[in-house]
Amino acid sequence: MREDDHVYLSLAEEQDDSRWAFGTGFEDPLHGVDTTVPDGVDPVELAALCLGLGDDALVASQRLAEWCTRAPELEEEVALANIGLDLLGQARMLLTRVGQVDGSGRSEDDLAYLRESEDYRNVRLVELPNGDFAFSMARLLVFSAQRLAVFERLAAGHPDPVLRAVAAKGVKELAYHRQYAAEWVVRLGDGTDESHRRMQEGLDTIAPYVDELFRAVPSGQDVREVRDEVGAVLAQVAAAATLAVPDFEVMAGSGRDGVHTPCLAPLLFEMQSVARALPGGSW
Amino acid sequence: MTQTTTAAGPEAQDRLQAHFDGVIAHDRRIEPRDWMPDAYRGTLVRQIAQHAHSEIIGMQPEGAWITRAPSLRRKAILFAKVQDEAGHGLYLYAAAETLGVDRADLTRRLIEGRQKYSSIFNYPTLSFADVGVIGWLVDGAAICNQVPLCRSSFGPYARAMVRICKEESFHQRQGYELLLTMMRGTAAQRAMVQDAVDRWWWPSLMMFGPPDEASPNSARSMGWKIKRHSNDELRQRFVDMTVPQAEKLGVTLPDPELRWNPERGRHDFGTPDWDELKRVISGNGPCNEERVERRRRAHEDGAWVRRAAAAHAKKQAARQEAAREAGQDAGHTGTGSGADGRETR
Repeated sequence: MREDDHVYLSLAEEQDDSRWAFGTGFEDPLHGVDTTVPDGVDPVELAALCLGLGDDALVASQRLAEWCTRAPELEEEVALANIGLDLLGQARMLLTRVGQVDGSGRSEDDLAYLRESEDYRNVRLVELPNGDFAFSMARLLVFSAQRLAVFERLAAGHPDPVLRAVAAKGVKELAYHRQYAAEWVVRLGDGTDESHRRMQEGLDTIAPYVDELFRAVPSGQDVREVRDEVGAVLAQVAAAATLAVPDFEVMAGSGRDGVHTPCLAPLLFEMQSVARALPGGSW
Repeated sequence: MTQTTTAAGPEAQDRLQAHFDGVIAHDRRIEPRDWMPDAYRGTLVRQIAQHAHSEIIGMQPEGAWITRAPSLRRKAILFAKVQDEAGHGLYLYAAAETLGVDRADLTRRLIEGRQKYSSIFNYPTLSFADVGVIGWLVDGAAICNQVPLCRSSFGPYARAMVRICKEESFHQRQGYELLLTMMRGTAAQRAMVQDAVDRWWWPSLMMFGPPDEASPNSARSMGWKIKRHSNDELRQRFVDMTVPQAEKLGVTLPDPELRWNPERGRHDFGTPDWDELKRVISGNGPCNEERVERRRRAHEDGAWVRRAAAAHAKKQAARQEAAREAGQDAGHTGTGSGADGRETR
């Protein structure tokens, strides 16, 4: 064998390849965690909580995947994919947990690919089309700020050890997502006249969808505290960005009850198309 | 160490050339600040830029399937792979920048059609099996081409290639594993895999470039040790490695002339359609326009974002400068060492 050949020939060998690529070889956040539902935890309530949080992450990740090959710069290509992958990872663990605790035995893929839009429980903010980069950054800032606040509380005190572990891993990821979005909101707000205008429009466009995020705060958490925490982040970022924080008017209905915009069904249609075209396929 | 050629007389020029030749002859590395012949620099810029463009354009055919991947595990694998390709593009543009060009200019040359990328990415991806076959055959062929580049004489390129080859190899194994899984699935899935192999086999063989007798630049690049093996030699290696993998997978490679030649100890195989390769390289492949158009649109759509980032950075620098000056004024009676203004607070 020539010295150049080893990489290619190793295809046929069993090897530990975790040292090679990004995105592998990380610790399993659920390693050693007991997956039985603890006494005193209502499995129906736990499944509903994991489903809502899992659907939020799955749909947000799908929208981030749509940025692929369209980002304004290669560094953003890498960063948006990173954030999309983190959220996809959260979605997979949360949906798996749903199938474990709701008694249905459904897998992550059953839940992702075999439900219709009215059965999805994500907040409407994440299903809106990407718009321009400013809109996507406005959404990511608010979404990750709220999710970080919620995950910190879940990691600190939720009685289900699986959800606690998922949240503990997510906290580190979401802190980065929020930082990334905040930096872009500041750059765009404080950049050119055009970027300032677009960034303000981005914030104004998401405004009607923000209140729903607070109504989706898990029971047992102090909604006012979460709202204040997110509000403080937005105020700080907006000040640095020379932007105005819009009023968050209340819009009827909630994604958590299966109320969606017309944007969700086409998103799911695309996501589910291959899986549904080849029933019984192994992937 | 030696510097650039400016103001060097003929004798100095000869000494620089002799030093360069010695470095190449001893299989050592040329580094960005070393003197190098202009033609060597030009060849490297062209090759590294073309390679970087290939990584970026190569995100499109597979990236189109991320939103449709049929399981969440496959979605994560594909998403991460396409992200790696963006990363490869970044390191390669950075390697090219060490030669005195800049990324924005190279991107402009790509979208204006003045620089090329690998012709393989001008073929369409028609089913999810294509994702697996691209990993197996296209990444496999890329690895055959690229592993020798880890010993390329230009240091930044060689080092970038070490990392890229490791990740490409990982992608290849993931692609092959997807195909193995699909071949264990339904009859429809097996047919999809065979169809994808039929479409990608010949374009993959063409990735090694034209036959040696029609590849005028190869000899010079091999003399400079930018390139280590001829196109035909690498193509032969690829065929020899791939045939047993195809057997294990249970697919047929679409070449009636493909057979083991015991005398040569290698496989004989048919001749790719070189006219097709010429057509695709000269811009008339099935997806050339679409690929470049998409890259152009992303670049143009992002222009306002890049302008905003530059404007903000400029404002920030001005603010820091103003703060620093204010700090220095305020700190006049201090130690005098507070150049960044910290000690005056």
